[in-house]
Amino acid sequence: MKYLTYISIGVFALLLIYAAYGLPYRGDPNALVNQEISLTGTPVASSYYIENAMKDANTPNMVTSVLGDYRAFDTLGEEVVIFAAGMICFLLLNRERKREARKQ
Amino acid sequence: MKHGSSSPIILLLSRVLSPYIMLFGMYVIFHGHYSPGGGFQGGALLASSIILIRIAMEEKVHQLHFNKDYGIPLGAIGVLIFFGVGFIALIMGGYFLDYGLLPFPGMITAELRFYGILLIEVGVGLAVMTILVSIYDNLLEEDDDESI
Repeated sequence: MKYLTYISIGVFALLLIYAAYGLPYRGDPNALVNQEISLTGTPVASSYYIENAMKDANTPNMVTSVLGDYRAFDTLGEEVVIFAAGMICFLLLNRERKREARKQ
Repeated sequence: MKHGSSSPIILLLSRVLSPYIMLFGMYVIFHGHYSPGGGFQGGALLASSIILIRIAMEEKVHQLHFNKDYGIPLGAIGVLIFFGVGFIALIMGGYFLDYGLLPFPGMITAELRFYGILLIEVGVGLAVMTILVSIYDNLLEEDDDESI
């Protein structure tokens, strides 16, 4: 059973390595993600960000501009997720709440 | 850890290092417009500076540093800053989180969006810092409770 696990892990690793050969090189200008027009003929969002991030938000760091302005709703969701994690730790692990539960 | 460390080296080093880590966290948050960084990373650094004091010192000292009762409320305030900035833009007649319509007088749209990003980064940093410290406190309480 142990060897079966190792063999399946190895096969999966080989599969992933084989799949990685199909990826474009990093920063390749001819890759599909770096084109201005996508396969379906619509403009790609990233070229808009590169051209207009400084003009729109006066921010030299494009990543901050995308994270905080163009995709701010996503960041709000991330923050709510972190707050929910903290809330869950508080509700499950808080000592005073446990003591009150024991008394009852 | 309730009792803290008895080693003077650890006490001195944590006391010296913690303010500088905190200062670097502030720098990462407020310099996020010009360099890599932002609310999440800066909040994690601020939390690490507080947790360093929590590991080294006894409970009486680190509760003066940052009281554990303030963890969840300050995190909620951080989320509300983010949500409030978006909601003010909504009230002023734009879309949700459209910073160009924030009611700060005498600024063009690009500047308004600059300061809108800064405001939400502060909110994110506050929430991440307090929530991480609060998770650490709650896990530690559980640990002490089991050992009794």
